[in-house]
Amino acid sequence: MKALRKFLDNIKPAFQPEGKLSKLQSVYDGFESFLFTPNSTSGKTGAQIHDSIDLKRTMIIVVIALIPALLFGMYNVGYQHYLAIGQQTAFFDTFLYGLAAVLPSIVVSYAVGLGIEFTAAQIRGHEINEGFLVSGLLIPLICPINTPLWMIAVATAFAVIFAKEVFGGTGMNIFNVALVTRAVLFFGYPSKMSGDAAFVSTDSVFGLGAGNLVDGYSGATPLGQAATNVGDTLSLTNIVGEPISTLDAFLGLIPGSVGETSTLCILIGAAILLFTGIASWRIMLSVFAGGLVMSSVAYFFATPAFPTSFIAPIDQLCYGGFAFAAVFMATDPVTGARTDLGKFIYGFLIGVFAILIRIYNGGYPEGAMLAVLLMNAFAPTIDYCVVNANIKRRLKRAKAQ
Amino acid sequence: MATKIKEVFFNPFSKNNPVIVQVLGICSVLAVTAKLEPALVMGISVTAVLAFANVIISLIRNTIPTNIRIIVQLVVVATLVIIVDQVLKAYNYQVSKQLSVFIGLIITNCILMGRLEAFALGNKPWPAFLDGVGNGIGYAIILVVVGFFRELLGSGTLFGIQVVPQALYDLGYMNNGLMILPPMALITAACIIWVQRSHNKDLQEK
Repeated sequence: MKALRKFLDNIKPAFQPEGKLSKLQSVYDGFESFLFTPNSTSGKTGAQIHDSIDLKRTMIIVVIALIPALLFGMYNVGYQHYLAIGQQTAFFDTFLYGLAAVLPSIVVSYAVGLGIEFTAAQIRGHEINEGFLVSGLLIPLICPINTPLWMIAVATAFAVIFAKEVFGGTGMNIFNVALVTRAVLFFGYPSKMSGDAAFVSTDSVFGLGAGNLVDGYSGATPLGQAATNVGDTLSLTNIVGEPISTLDAFLGLIPGSVGETSTLCILIGAAILLFTGIASWRIMLSVFAGGLVMSSVAYFFATPAFPTSFIAPIDQLCYGGFAFAAVFMATDPVTGARTDLGKFIYGFLIGVFAILIRIYNGGYPEGAMLAVLLMNAFAPTIDYCVVNANIKRRLKRAKAQ
Repeated sequence: MATKIKEVFFNPFSKNNPVIVQVLGICSVLAVTAKLEPALVMGISVTAVLAFANVIISLIRNTIPTNIRIIVQLVVVATLVIIVDQVLKAYNYQVSKQLSVFIGLIITNCILMGRLEAFALGNKPWPAFLDGVGNGIGYAIILVVVGFFRELLGSGTLFGIQVVPQALYDLGYMNNGLMILPPMALITAACIIWVQRSHNKDLQEK
């Protein structure tokens, strides 16, 4: 540790305004504050408000909260692969396959995103901050495993530039950067982002896995099957035709985007976020409440015209990206509502819209992404209305006296 | 005088571009630029209508009563638009079908009324003609640039001819479906504005 400190101190002069590498000053600054706590914090005396939490700590805790979903996602990628080719493998081999399949997309998303962030910070002379640490991990988690790497690179670049940097960088964006990345992929390359071939990796990765697909194999996700179901009954199956229960969906051994399948692991992440106070329980709770209400209504009026409405309300919350969106996307403090009442309204409407789109729009089997992006756009309006209502209420009280 | 004439003609190309500086005529930039050919035809049509409307209004500018001048302008523009529409239907039916109502909607294009009001009503026919052609070309340039990128990235073609080689598709390249959708026209236009403003310091707002 001391050697590292010494090295940093040694090369520091080169990055000072007069130095040879003064253009890269914020790169140096970024690495220094990433590795060490800066010495110059606000004074202990005076009227500053002190809090132990800062951007770096917030971001790291969210990354930690994502780890269970990430690890399970990797395992599930391997599990689905060996299920598809009908091989029994040890736990470790299964995980290794998933690791090899998922790791490249994580590397690509970080490399592209951080590259643009660093460049933008140099051009503007801003400090580099940790804003992309979470987005960079979210992106591979919400993409199907078969998304080509260059598409992830293109979409990440587009999202970081047009959804974040043009608005002024970290903390200034209107829309969730990770979801904009997914939306770009979804509308730009629909054939790679939905359908039966996107969600189960059937090819060998770095020489691991591979084999012939078993008879009766179908790569459709539960929601994909539901969307194309015909008739009065609905029975969902896994990729080799065995029926799946609520427990399967909750544990997450079903096909889907990498990190979103296991509701259990997402809830572990939610517990971390809530315990540390990083995410808002109001938003999380109300998203689930909104989803439950909407899916109950839909279940009550279930018709064959909209086959997804046959899924029981509690299952609706476990399938697809709903839980992931509720825990990690809706709670983004930058793009969400700020007022307490606003958070309830914002979250509830996300839940309602996610299920509404999922069931009643035949073109989109899953609506969580679109629901969060839609409500991102409305979050400032909700806050504005809540604040104004409060002002009116208090003015009334002032006049009455 | 010569420099003034020059300015009238060349300013709309970049410094006073109707689309990316005055932000007029954005609707047709969204609507007709998914392919390059309709974008080019639209640009030429608007240039023709704008040039002749400017000349006609300029010729009769002293006889138009002020309180009905908008109606007179509309009649002139509508007549020219109908002529352009008929010419297109006669000589380029395919493109005319692609552009459908948007040729008719040239009547409501803000650039036209803007130039007639701001320039043709107060200037002689020759400068008015140059102003019309200049603004029309300024509009067409943006349409063609936006159309170029949208068709190239969205369909892999230019003027309907395949330009992205098949070998690239075999490697896994795919056309971006988002480029065909209207939002990308706005974003492409925004990128042009971005590039232009970073080159022209006097256009940057504080």
